[in-house]
Amino acid sequence: MTLSFLIYKVILVLIIFAITLLVATYSTYAERKIAAFLQDRIGPDRAGPFGILQPLADAVKMFMKEEMIPSVSNRMLFIIGPGVCMLTACMTGVVIPWGPSMNIGGTEYPLQITDLNIGILYLFGVISLGVYGIMIGGWASNNKFSLLGAIRASSQMISYEVAMGLSIIALVMTTGTLSLGQIAADQPGAHWNVFIQPLGFLIFIICAFAETNRAPFDLPECETELVGGYHTEYSSMKLGFFLFAEYINMFISSAVISTFYFGGYNMPFIARFVHDPNWLAVLGFVFLFTKISFFIFVFMWVRWTLPRFRYDQLMNLGWKVLIPLSILNLVVTGGWMMRMEIYHFFIK
Amino acid sequence: MQALTNRSKVVAKKEMTFIEKLYLPAIFSGMIITFKHFFRRKPTIKYPEQIRPFSGVYRGQHVLKRDEIGAERCTACGLCAVACPAEAITMTSAERKPGEEGLYREEKYAATYEINMLRCIFCGDCEDACPKEAIFLTDRKVDSLYTRKEFVYGKNILVESKENPISLVKRQTPQVKEFKHHVEFAHNQTYDKQKKVKNSSH
Ligand code: SF4
Ligand code: SF4
Repeated sequence: MTLSFLIYKVILVLIIFAITLLVATYSTYAERKIAAFLQDRIGPDRAGPFGILQPLADAVKMFMKEEMIPSVSNRMLFIIGPGVCMLTACMTGVVIPWGPSMNIGGTEYPLQITDLNIGILYLFGVISLGVYGIMIGGWASNNKFSLLGAIRASSQMISYEVAMGLSIIALVMTTGTLSLGQIAADQPGAHWNVFIQPLGFLIFIICAFAETNRAPFDLPECETELVGGYHTEYSSMKLGFFLFAEYINMFISSAVISTFYFGGYNMPFIARFVHDPNWLAVLGFVFLFTKISFFIFVFMWVRWTLPRFRYDQLMNLGWKVLIPLSILNLVVTGGWMMRMEIYHFFIK
Repeated sequence: MQALTNRSKVVAKKEMTFIEKLYLPAIFSGMIITFKHFFRRKPTIKYPEQIRPFSGVYRGQHVLKRDEIGAERCTACGLCAVACPAEAITMTSAERKPGEEGLYREEKYAATYEINMLRCIFCGDCEDACPKEAIFLTDRKVDSLYTRKEFVYGKNILVESKENPISLVKRQTPQVKEFKHHVEFAHNQTYDKQKKVKNSSH
């Protein structure tokens, strides 16, 4: 491990961190704009042309708000909660392959911070840590609505993580690797995994909605029942962190969906026109972001179309529908992969 | 019972079919509907830059008129206050001193005249009631203000200035003037009628 390698990695980490924050910031703007357009409104248009400075205005507002910590709360945990949420949200971007490797002066520069050979496990580990932020925050607030929101968040996460994991196992069976870089590289052109695993994709995207606590699964922060859910007691930038973490999660989920099922940085026919690996890397990055933007749009589109689930419906869907479906998917995938053996077993 | 429209539907709680139970088709059709709305023309009017045209007879902030020589027309008869359904108008009267003929048209005039714009419902009854053609509603909007007190408009705001009188042509159209000749408005002499009376008395 040379010094230049280290420096490269540090720069890459910083760039990706900056991009993540930027995308999350502008997701808040996009969310408000898209919501407005879907409802025949115009949305924020006062701060700057078309309102593009709205996120800045929001941030200023968040910082200027009075910071309140309830006297009955557990002070330390109350502060740690949003921090954990934000930290875990930012940590997930590490294993995403943002593009194919660059080749400058004979040295390979992969556009992936680290290609862990257990990338998927890492991803799921970190995502499930994310619920601790919500749990800690909700519990430390010492408020029944916050606590209820936190409990809902954790039970929802646990329920949907099972189905999500099972749908991913089927994917891992077909791709034969746990490394995200490998999964992305294995889908050149239009050989996207979504065509191999359509049911798995459906289950995965539904679970992704639930994992990011977005509508129609936004029960942890359901305004109509729980005031504000787990962040009822939060104000100022601590609230901002919770909300921001949700947008980062959405961005990462979109990146993961694109990588797992939609070929990541791959695009059909591109290899025919572009041969220089550096250009390919840049284009791959652009393609990946196009896909990510599309999925972020879908996240928002769904949120402003569907009403919220009832809690029992949520649990029913998770345990009685998605888990059996994903097991079925697993069995069918396994059967298909072993079709020759099964054929020989019966036919001899 | 006869149905009012032909759109009524008999609803029955029937078992859902398998396709319906999947919910996915319904979700997609819902998403298509919202997506169509994405491209709809937005009915929003960006208010301070874009102002919707008012009707000419819009009933907005009142004006207390002056006559041809610039004297206040109001004689503090109190008919407007009586007519006002919202009890928004209050006034005190005073007697005109000799030498004030240029200021006040009649021997009695309104020393103070206040309309509480928060009470007012802009019905225009005060305008109808006034026998002196003194008070009119105009197409000006009442400003937004910070305190309730500021909304009690006194004579300093209500009486038009001599230099730039408030035009009433949009509101006092020929048809309106014609309508005011009706017996019910006999008390309410229009400018024209007054002129006629004056002319005939000569
Ligand atoms: S417009 Fe109607 S409510 Fe307003 S002051 Fe005149 S009579 Fe009263
Ligand atoms: S009815 Fe006319 S003249 Fe009488 S007090 Fe009201 S505004 Fe003045």
